[in-house]
Amino acid sequence: MTAAVRAKGAGKTNVDRFLTVLRVVMIGFIAISLVAFIAQQIAPENPFAEWRHGDEGATRLSWAQYRGLLVTGISQGAMYGLIALGYSMVYGVLGFINFAHGEVFMVSAFTGFIVSTKFDAAGWWEGAAFFPAIIITVALCVIVSTSTAVIMERVAYRRLRGSPRLIPLITSIGVSFFIQEAVRLVFGPGAKGYPSNPDWLEERLPWLGIEVKKLVVIIIAAIAMAGLWYFVERTKTGKAMRAVAEDKEIASLMGIDVDKTIVKTFAVGGAMAGVAGILWGILFRSVINTTGFLPGIKAFTAAVVGGVGNLGGAMAGGVSLGGAEALGPLMILEPWGIPGVSQLRDAVAFTVLILVLLVKPTGLFGERLSSEERA
Amino acid sequence: MTRQEGSTPLLEFRDINTHYGAVHILKDVNLAIYPGELVCLLGGNASGKSTTLKTLLGMVKPTSGEVVLDGEVVNDKPTSYRVERGVTMVPENRRLFKRLSVKENLELGAYLRDDKEGIEADLERIFSMFPRVKERLTQKAGTLSGGEQQMVAMGRALMARPRVLLMDEPSMGLAPALVQTNFELIEQIHQEGIAIFMVEQNANMALSIADRGWVLQTGKVVLDNTAEALLADPDLRRSYLGQAD
Repeated sequence: MTAAVRAKGAGKTNVDRFLTVLRVVMIGFIAISLVAFIAQQIAPENPFAEWRHGDEGATRLSWAQYRGLLVTGISQGAMYGLIALGYSMVYGVLGFINFAHGEVFMVSAFTGFIVSTKFDAAGWWEGAAFFPAIIITVALCVIVSTSTAVIMERVAYRRLRGSPRLIPLITSIGVSFFIQEAVRLVFGPGAKGYPSNPDWLEERLPWLGIEVKKLVVIIIAAIAMAGLWYFVERTKTGKAMRAVAEDKEIASLMGIDVDKTIVKTFAVGGAMAGVAGILWGILFRSVINTTGFLPGIKAFTAAVVGGVGNLGGAMAGGVSLGGAEALGPLMILEPWGIPGVSQLRDAVAFTVLILVLLVKPTGLFGERLSSEERA
Repeated sequence: MTRQEGSTPLLEFRDINTHYGAVHILKDVNLAIYPGELVCLLGGNASGKSTTLKTLLGMVKPTSGEVVLDGEVVNDKPTSYRVERGVTMVPENRRLFKRLSVKENLELGAYLRDDKEGIEADLERIFSMFPRVKERLTQKAGTLSGGEQQMVAMGRALMARPRVLLMDEPSMGLAPALVQTNFELIEQIHQEGIAIFMVEQNANMALSIADRGWVLQTGKVVLDNTAEALLADPDLRRSYLGQAD
């Protein structure tokens, strides 16, 4: 035991030392910030706050502000989680990160824009007609994004099966650019606005004060995730997927059609991104050909944070990332008196990624990444 | 149960040749496995044993010759086609789905079957054969001991209702005490009328329960005889078993 520890210590390079320093500095900074934040909430007049905030003084957050941030974070995180599932599932069966997955999400948001505008023109995007209209819209979005994912697999990735993992990875970046540019060519470079949501979606719940549309996003995302969990854990196809993810040769020995199972994996991941796309459209009511990029990268972050290949981890990673993004700037940066912290949310999100990779490289819930049979 | 006179082979190799790239692995191999018999294929490292199994299952395509299943040439049929018609394998080192539960592993063995009652009945049959497996049902397969994993691997193969069970090095990686138990299990499965084609390094043990055997050397069948004759063959003893007695 001691010998092993010594051997490990002896093998340390300068890079290791640098990483250790980085870990300590980052965690130390966050710890100090959190203490300062808590102190500021209890006693805004404390010396640290006066030092950092000067004459204007530090502010205390109200309950409503916390609640608002948390709900915003969770609703955003739920969408990251939905997209992250696609990254994670494809990684599980094929061992590569499909960087074009963010475009599957964007294609769904675009479909939502087209369909909702048509419904709005027909006067269906309000009143009682909204319900059938939104169900049809969601269905179409899911169909389009699922098809996109399946076609992507068929056209771009299937031929690359068995080639080194870097090759499909680079291909996926190419596919991502292709879809982005194709959408720009067809629909133009400008942002497209969704029609206004029905009034009740924009209101807040009595007592709780939560925005209805955010609550709807969280509920629909939860239903989609529960459905996916049931599918993967309880159905025969799901079992086949997990078997293929673990050992393709033995899976085919069981009589499982590995190619079909891979297609189904892309389809299911695409459907989840489809749900996320239409939710995104309803929440932010705007879509552009690059809409898929940032949520895609963040969802990838969420998948890594949760441990790639682990579905529960992807969902938890998404929600944690959304939460960290919403609360992080205020809890970590604001105590230092940095102005306009909420604009630094992306920086916080990717800092979370770096921090997780520094501290636990397999992700928070991920031992699964290290399985030796990946090839 | 030994071979019935006049019956046709269940599974057959007719002048099979295989290549990995330019490397010639199997050279004009002829094999025939009859319903209900227990046969073994012996051979050292790199003699082509694993390739033989993969070719029987369709995971490797022969470059010439015919793989015949029930009198039908199946060279172009996928693995699933052969599994459906009663050819199953217990792979080397068991290769369970470690992250799946024992129950899920067994259910995957019956992946191509739709008869719910039949599957349930077979599960019960496996539990009575391997009571330990029933106790571990909800555990992840990766947490089992080597002996337990061997039982699950056999159970998983039996769930496909095979007529011929291919076994790749069944005693590989097992504790010596378990090797004997393992061969007893193989005999027990054989008693149920399932033909067994066993690939083994442990020639003495394999031949002691087998009806017939082949010896493969660098891709060629060099000996083909009954188990008793092979055990008595001085060539085999010297060249393959490597024993001085």
